[in-house]
Amino acid sequence: MTQLEKPELVCPAGTPASLRTAVDAGADAVYCGFKGPTNARNFSGLNFTKAELTESVKYAHERDAMVLAAINSFPTAGRTDLWKKSVDDAVELGLDAVIIADIGMAQYVAREHPEQRLHLSVQAGASSPEAINYYVEQFGVKRVVLPRILTVAEIKRVHDAIDCEIEAFVFGNIGMMAEGRCSLTNYVTGVSTNMDGVCSPASHVEYEPDEEENLTTRLGEFAIDCISCGETAGYPTICKGRYDTAIKKNYYAFEEPISLNLTRLLPDLIKAGVTALKIEGRQRSRAYIRSVVSSFREAIDAYAIGEEPDISQLIALTEGGKETEGAFKSKTWR
Amino acid sequence: MKKKTHRGQPRIFRDPKAGPISRVLPLLPLQPVLRRIVRHVAKIHPELFERLESGANKTFLINAKGVPFLLVLKPDPANPTLVARSRHDEIQYDVLVSGKFSTLLQMIDSKTDSDALFFNRDILITGDTEAILLLRNALDDMDTTLADDVATAFGPLAKPLRASINMANRITGARA
Repeated sequence: MTQLEKPELVCPAGTPASLRTAVDAGADAVYCGFKGPTNARNFSGLNFTKAELTESVKYAHERDAMVLAAINSFPTAGRTDLWKKSVDDAVELGLDAVIIADIGMAQYVAREHPEQRLHLSVQAGASSPEAINYYVEQFGVKRVVLPRILTVAEIKRVHDAIDCEIEAFVFGNIGMMAEGRCSLTNYVTGVSTNMDGVCSPASHVEYEPDEEENLTTRLGEFAIDCISCGETAGYPTICKGRYDTAIKKNYYAFEEPISLNLTRLLPDLIKAGVTALKIEGRQRSRAYIRSVVSSFREAIDAYAIGEEPDISQLIALTEGGKETEGAFKSKTWR
Repeated sequence: MKKKTHRGQPRIFRDPKAGPISRVLPLLPLQPVLRRIVRHVAKIHPELFERLESGANKTFLINAKGVPFLLVLKPDPANPTLVARSRHDEIQYDVLVSGKFSTLLQMIDSKTDSDALFFNRDILITGDTEAILLLRNALDDMDTTLADDVATAFGPLAKPLRASINMANRITGARA
């Protein structure tokens, strides 16, 4: 196997302890968000206060790791001040980049903090050279996080036609919805994934076992799955639920519980021009972060010296105990 | 399918499989040990309560399979309590967490990923999902393990206590 350039390994953190774990496990960069609706993982008990992020940035920088601020939800009218304050705080704390989805916030960063490195979030849903180059030309975006809808060959074509770096997801949650456009949670709960930053808020989720430990999952007032005893489970999201439809009974109408795992495609992604490899999972525990980050660290380092990595332990951390290469491998994956 | 739910309502736990040992087991000697553990953890990890938010007012019932009693945790920052209860009691709770003792211990110490445990059905959560998520994230932000905290809480007595936990871990892990 030929040796490859080492891409940047970008890892998630939902708490300060997770951030330290990611750094210690070999992350080149860690992305995280402030408490509240300004980021797309606004889950209960998760995220950072300004004081926590101050300490966390210090910890990471002392170990040559970068910290990226995810400010990647969409402010509704009248609420932009909170997003602007998050941007101002991220700049003040010396974060290495801010990750933005909203076009207004991109303009705010470019105007108020022109020296701040700006990344375009996957939530912006920019997947064509035209869209990406618009953000590059107008706001000085330095990196785009690509939606999980492109094949590796398409990523290569995008790379050749744009003037910024590419970051690609390689592990974790994957859904069928257009990134940044999904309104299923909003429809059922009144809480918006894109504007409140939370998909399937825990306050609206309920698990109800019967005497044989079959498990009914409810979101709001709706049953979205009934998992038999012994079956694996997934996240309580509408897109991973099972439904009776006109064509089929009790089946995953959108997508089955499954996780993205592109370990085997890493060499192809690097050759296609991907600068940074991103692990999903700010809502996951330190144990997940320790295991996934160290596995990918080893995989990247192994490929860099022409060796084949061992990735067998990652399957235990996947949703539903299943993994896929998704659209990266083929558009017919679902 | 639409259905009215119990969301936000306290629930009652009754163990249909409660065995005879549970009826005669004296729990009184255990209570001061549990009290000391929970108060010590609260004292050395005040940041825990900041992440707990509304979860601090909830009652968490811990059903470690293979253990002949139940644990009831109320993480109120003013008066945190951890109490052992008989499996023959009817217990009101907001959140019920069930699983092997060894699995629950690994989860508390962040040795294993709780989402993966849930995906694989190694743990079962019922009741207030938001409260258990708050508790999980608060515990996950602690750098120390429960074993570390027991050691600092009990000084020279920590060694036999840790040995007891390890023994319970092995026994229930093999049996449950």
